[in-house]
Amino acid sequence: MIIETSGLRKSFRSRAGRETKTVEAVRGVDLSVAEGEIFGFLGPNGAGKTTTLRMLATLLEPDGGSAVIAGADLRKEPGEVRRRIGYVAQGGSTWDESTGREELVLHARMYGISKADAQRRAAEALDTFELAEYADRRCKTYSGGQRRRVDIALGIIHSPKVVFLDEPTTGLDPQSRAHMWGEVRKLREMGMTVFLTTHYLDEADALCDRLAIMDHGQIVAEGTPADLKQEVLGDVVSVNAREVAKAADLFDNAEYVRKVETTEQSLRLYVEDGASAIPHVLRTLDAEGVAIEGIELHRPSLDDVFLAKTGRSLRES
Amino acid sequence: MKFLRDTWLVFQRQMLLLLRNPVWVAVGIIQPMFYLLLFAPLMKQALSQGGTMTDEQAYRIFVPGMLVMVALFSAFSGFGIIAELRAGVIERNRVTPVSRVALLLGRSLRDVVQLLFQAVLVTLLAVPFGLRVAVGDALLAYLLIGLMTLLLSSTGYALGLTLRSEDAMAPMLNTVIQPIMLLAGIFLPLTFAPTWLKNVAKANPFKWATDGVRALFAGNPGDDAVWQALAILTPLTVLALVISSRTFARSVR
Repeated sequence: MIIETSGLRKSFRSRAGRETKTVEAVRGVDLSVAEGEIFGFLGPNGAGKTTTLRMLATLLEPDGGSAVIAGADLRKEPGEVRRRIGYVAQGGSTWDESTGREELVLHARMYGISKADAQRRAAEALDTFELAEYADRRCKTYSGGQRRRVDIALGIIHSPKVVFLDEPTTGLDPQSRAHMWGEVRKLREMGMTVFLTTHYLDEADALCDRLAIMDHGQIVAEGTPADLKQEVLGDVVSVNAREVAKAADLFDNAEYVRKVETTEQSLRLYVEDGASAIPHVLRTLDAEGVAIEGIELHRPSLDDVFLAKTGRSLRES
Repeated sequence: MKFLRDTWLVFQRQMLLLLRNPVWVAVGIIQPMFYLLLFAPLMKQALSQGGTMTDEQAYRIFVPGMLVMVALFSAFSGFGIIAELRAGVIERNRVTPVSRVALLLGRSLRDVVQLLFQAVLVTLLAVPFGLRVAVGDALLAYLLIGLMTLLLSSTGYALGLTLRSEDAMAPMLNTVIQPIMLLAGIFLPLTFAPTWLKNVAKANPFKWATDGVRALFAGNPGDDAVWQALAILTPLTVLALVISSRTFARSVR
């Protein structure tokens, strides 16, 4: 495991009027991330994702718990951790008046890399992230997507083993987002372990090999996106019919149906595998003469997982 | 070795950014010009109090005061650091193994270079008005002013990193700098002050600095005021550097 944490905790004191109250931002996070995977932290704003990430990146001192990152102990040798990781913050990280190339060279040199080597690495990174064209323009002239690519290039200029990306696509337009997913996969191909946070369901689903769902400072579920969805509920077949109650009775004893739910106009059948269940459902309804107005196969989304684990929808929180 | 290299890296970048923004050069020239042209003649009359005073004498009192004033303004460095915080640059630096002291010192040294440039400029501009000063004395005076800049700019950085907002920083600096300026006898030497005011001013380290610089411009490097200024400024500067680099190192949310 390239990242292992145990009981990582952090609380902040915040002042509201005269009262100071303690906010437990992260309350005991245990996780392990395997080398070479894209690991995602999914959760609403304020769940403690960024705080956890900042602790792992040595920017915040944990109140308790421990972590080993790329073989270095976070609390005993933060300097060593810094050498082995890259960190890309949420809000950008460049000076307006310097050029992308200058930023890359300087950043590499801050890791003790020689000038010649830093220049070579900068040129390489600029190529990798399709920035060569803008390399010698001032950062203030860059588009949002270009800035983000510079940020990522900065994060990996010293070839870290692990790179932390805090909300890498927040604020980007759909096209730049898709582009950014490609860049993140590139990092994995280069042999790096990627640890990212996101509050986008589709991003977590499409990009991450494994993910942890975080809520109120704790991890509520962990696994591959497919496993998480499967484990929680399987597929849902929803049937629109006039005689919902009558239709519902038909499936009470059906073996392939795990659970039946009804609303006023529709029937929701939770099944293991939706595609193979639909023909059975249709045949059963037809045999009893229940007229249907529509049938829909709904594959569970990560939002359903979030709902099942926390009782809230991520879209609403 | 690593520390020196890191400081050089930070300093170099800060200089580059400074040179790309020529506004400060213009401001740095124009502001002292206002004082030299519009205020100095007035002050000469006031200082001579009906008697006679040569231009040379007047500028020997006035120019040191102005140099100290410009040095005091280096506390405004804190505004720059707030902008850098906001741009995410500080955080990106902090995630590298770069020395924390270097992050501060590289920036403060940039401020010292900027200030010395201004100081030389002010001195040269005053020469046509009749100022005469020995090169050695001037260099020693610049050393004092350089120390002051190091002290004030690093304090400014610590303040900026702690307050993290221009809105809090501006009133804070104004409130602190104003009495310091008045009590340093920058424009009118405190010889005119009532005794109680003189005594209050003794608690102001920059009053001693102003006296030291004035003694040097008056051509008295052996004057007590010179070593007193050095003895007061040096430990204060070291203290400010220590406190500020701790602020850089400290984890901020």
